[in-house]
Amino acid sequence: MSRKSRLSVSRPITRRSFSAGAAALAALAAGGSPLRRALAAKPVKLGCLAPLSGFFAREGQACKRGFDLAPAILADMGMPIEIMMGDTESNPDRARTAAEKLVNEGAEVLIGTFVSGETTAVAQVAEQRGVPHVINIAAAPKITEQGYKFVFRNFTTGPMLVINGFGLMKDLFKATGSTPKTAVFMHVNDTFGKAMGGGVKALFPKMNMPFEISTTIPYDPKAKDLSVEVAKAKATGADILMPVSHGADAIKLIREMVKQRWEPMGIMTPGSPGTYEAQFYKTLGKYSEFVIANVPWIDPKTDMSKTLLAAFAKEFPKESPELNVGFSFEACLIAADAYKRAGSGDPKALADALRATNITEHVMIGGPIQFNEKGQNVNIKSAALQNLDRKPTVVLPEASAEAKPVFPMPGWTDSRRA
Amino acid sequence: MRGVGAVLRGAPRAATGLAVLGAALLVAPLLVDDYLLSVILITLYFAFVGQAWNLMMGYAGQLSLGHALYVGLGGYAAAAFFVHFGLTPWAGMVIGILVAAAFAAGIGLLAFRFGIGGVYFALLTIAVAEFTRILFEHFEWVGATGGFFLPVENREINDLLMLRGSPAMFYYVILAMTVGLFLANVALIRSRMGYYWMAIREDQDAAQALGINTFRYKMMAVVLSASLTALGGVFLAFYNNNLFPIDAFGIHRSIEIILAPIIGGLGTLFGPILGAFILTPLGEVLTWALDQLGVQMAGVKHLFYGLVLLVIIRSLPGGVWPWFARRLGIEGPEARP
Amino acid sequence: MTWDTVASILIGGALTGLVYSLMALGLSVIFGVIRVVNFAHGEMMTLAMFAGVFLFTGGGLDPILSLPIVAGTLFILGYALQRRLVEPFIARPEHEQFILLLAVAILLVNGLLLAFGPDARSVTVDYAFDSFELGPIFIDKVKAYAAGVGVLVAAGLLMFFRYTRTGKAIRACSDNLMGAQVVGLNIRRLYALTFGLGVACVGAAGCLLSLLVDVTPMLGPELTLLAFVIVIIGGLGSMMGALLGGIVVGLSEALAGLLIVPSMKSMFSFGLLILILAFRPQGLFGKRT
Repeated sequence: MSRKSRLSVSRPITRRSFSAGAAALAALAAGGSPLRRALAAKPVKLGCLAPLSGFFAREGQACKRGFDLAPAILADMGMPIEIMMGDTESNPDRARTAAEKLVNEGAEVLIGTFVSGETTAVAQVAEQRGVPHVINIAAAPKITEQGYKFVFRNFTTGPMLVINGFGLMKDLFKATGSTPKTAVFMHVNDTFGKAMGGGVKALFPKMNMPFEISTTIPYDPKAKDLSVEVAKAKATGADILMPVSHGADAIKLIREMVKQRWEPMGIMTPGSPGTYEAQFYKTLGKYSEFVIANVPWIDPKTDMSKTLLAAFAKEFPKESPELNVGFSFEACLIAADAYKRAGSGDPKALADALRATNITEHVMIGGPIQFNEKGQNVNIKSAALQNLDRKPTVVLPEASAEAKPVFPMPGWTDSRRA
Repeated sequence: MRGVGAVLRGAPRAATGLAVLGAALLVAPLLVDDYLLSVILITLYFAFVGQAWNLMMGYAGQLSLGHALYVGLGGYAAAAFFVHFGLTPWAGMVIGILVAAAFAAGIGLLAFRFGIGGVYFALLTIAVAEFTRILFEHFEWVGATGGFFLPVENREINDLLMLRGSPAMFYYVILAMTVGLFLANVALIRSRMGYYWMAIREDQDAAQALGINTFRYKMMAVVLSASLTALGGVFLAFYNNNLFPIDAFGIHRSIEIILAPIIGGLGTLFGPILGAFILTPLGEVLTWALDQLGVQMAGVKHLFYGLVLLVIIRSLPGGVWPWFARRLGIEGPEARP
Repeated sequence: MTWDTVASILIGGALTGLVYSLMALGLSVIFGVIRVVNFAHGEMMTLAMFAGVFLFTGGGLDPILSLPIVAGTLFILGYALQRRLVEPFIARPEHEQFILLLAVAILLVNGLLLAFGPDARSVTVDYAFDSFELGPIFIDKVKAYAAGVGVLVAAGLLMFFRYTRTGKAIRACSDNLMGAQVVGLNIRRLYALTFGLGVACVGAAGCLLSLLVDVTPMLGPELTLLAFVIVIIGGLGSMMGALLGGIVVGLSEALAGLLIVPSMKSMFSFGLLILILAFRPQGLFGKRT
């Protein structure tokens, strides 16, 4: 379902945001002939793919919200884009034909898709057609190891998430002065959970963590309840629970912990979604409090993020902004920035510009957006998000922190949960 | 049943149509753009596996709802031997076929020895496919749920031996496979085995009474169908360059395989091909039409798709081909299942 | 692993199994009488779960209380579906029935996706996080209530088939269709009633399941598969079989999760299913036909 965004027509700047000014300055600094600027004013066509229907519809629609917000914000920054939306229907075959269709209709950059299997299908279209592909989300480490030349991933692989997550855990123990001795690691056994599980297995011994992992419990992504899994975890008597969930299973996990009255010192994921989503707060209420997720996150302190978050609140008052939104937006930013520097939609020039990407001001926490020789951005950092007052609140790293971390976590019936 | 040639001699319009279609498919990569090529390619894939499934269900009357099992086994086997040992997929294919045939023989043995038929047989095939999916989700040698990836090599070189190359190469491979299987089917249904299969489909007890070894011929149908489906799986794995247990073995994939032959016309030569050429493009046409109308809501397309399925299955029992054949003026056995 | 953990897990498994039983019962009733396999079973269940969630969030009704409303509505839907769509397919081959119900399933899934969006939804009653404590053993309160109501509904259905005129007539259709026609029973009406009852069962089960499982439009196919596993293990077409099959599956999954890797627990169920099909195709509790 290609969506021709009318927002892309460059329009008068209404919001005098700092970032717009900064972008204008950057454009001036970049110099270039008037011709180049005139070319850059033509919107770049971005073929955005996401699973809007089917099994991954929830995540796909979250990505789409990021794509929806990008044209207006980027136009304000002097980088007009046109979004062409394609639905992969949670099916890799469809992802391929949808990507081919978008390229046919003139997409100059492909973006997508969230699901690793679909992402490789799109990557192959990108390779064959010589159209750059910016991956917004997909964690399977192998994607950037398959030998693609036109594929750029602005998302962390499983092992990178684990390194960042464990690093933040150490910081958390230092900041709060409490250190757990044992942990139980529970992960969903899907592609994402497997990438994370592999990362933990390989990296834990090297990270010199203060605790031991006493048990690893993989569970079925389609499990209807997690009572057995939680009972097993509880029986280990571990100090903390490290879950890697996919989405709604995080709710099942916490609910079961409350029912079985298991109160470990903390619940902290080394890097997975589920615990910071609107549905999590709504369903679990006070039991959602104090759970920690160490994930890449929208930096609450950059000006571009503030613009994005304000636009999000206006456009989607019922939804909450999260990393799918942030990374989808950033993928558009990366493509628009490269297009501006390339000065044309020529695929080779665009790919070269993408390789030379160096965006210092963006929305996700971490260093400048840069790609290594495999097309992987290795500068993405995670933040420790703690659920405080039913909101994901950045508690670490300190530079981006909005509040102080609470650890150990108060018990299920503690008054601090009110 | 008479051969296609005989059928078509009685219907010059159909013969002309077939010739035009064949010629069009042969030159398609030169004429159509990459998008359309990818659509036709995946259509041909479904025509291929649809024909393979049709052998078992359409001719021998055994309803398998778990055919993704063989797609997955074939694909995983060939891909694993390619990645781990550098074995050409043409040899890996043999391994894939052997594995798939062994699974099919196991299912057939269980089912036909213990007299599991009809719905029970269908559920058995689902159960084995799901069992194998979960097994592969824990099979580290092929990446478990993390997925199994083939290296993507330079697209300038078409290496037919290693099945690495451009979409046009894959297109001709699947075209050759589909046409080859069609011709093999023509020969097969005129063979002794073909007659026996249809005798079993129409009335198993009568077939048995006539002295046909029904167990043997049913087993042959199941094993042959599985082997051919595994071949399709090898193609798909090398075309996609990655395998995930859920996308290889999942029940939604099994359902995709059987839609085309049922909608097209079960137990007919042209049905599975026609069905594939209706259903896959239908999805694309719906996407395009909703686009033109400016409908953006995810799910609307599938509502229409479901409605089309409903209308066809209600109004055209036996599928589209038998109805179409009658309109073309083709009479006789090929016009009905 | 201490004995109380094991006991908690097994009791939990059995209770979950009882709710599954009710869902499988619907599939079994329809197949037992009409000989049609309802491949849209899980999707109908999802519809009922959404109804349960909707009545709770919109009307503040506990799903246990809204159960009669949902079951009643689904009865009408099932009755209409049989009369308008399924009836002409009864005499048609299985694969055509399959495509018909698959189409129904596709319509349901995507209709729900359009109406409710893709998010997981749940019912949070005030006892959602409570457990009964028997010494060191914890029993999930929601599961216990849901299982209790499930057993009541199932018992009601069994009594209906055993003691009422209509129930006996339906059983007569199932046992001897020609005989039933000869004595002048209105087969079309009885079939529609049966389909309605089967779907109502799904409605009741869906309401109860909405207490336990978060619902998304995409949940359907898994529930269909689960129901298949249960009815085959118990015996397709046997009502007692479906009930006991649910408990067997609930317990075996709990045990598999306990003793083997939890992510492999449904493989255990499918393995059990394959064994049953091979060695006792009439199911653990079914009669050989």
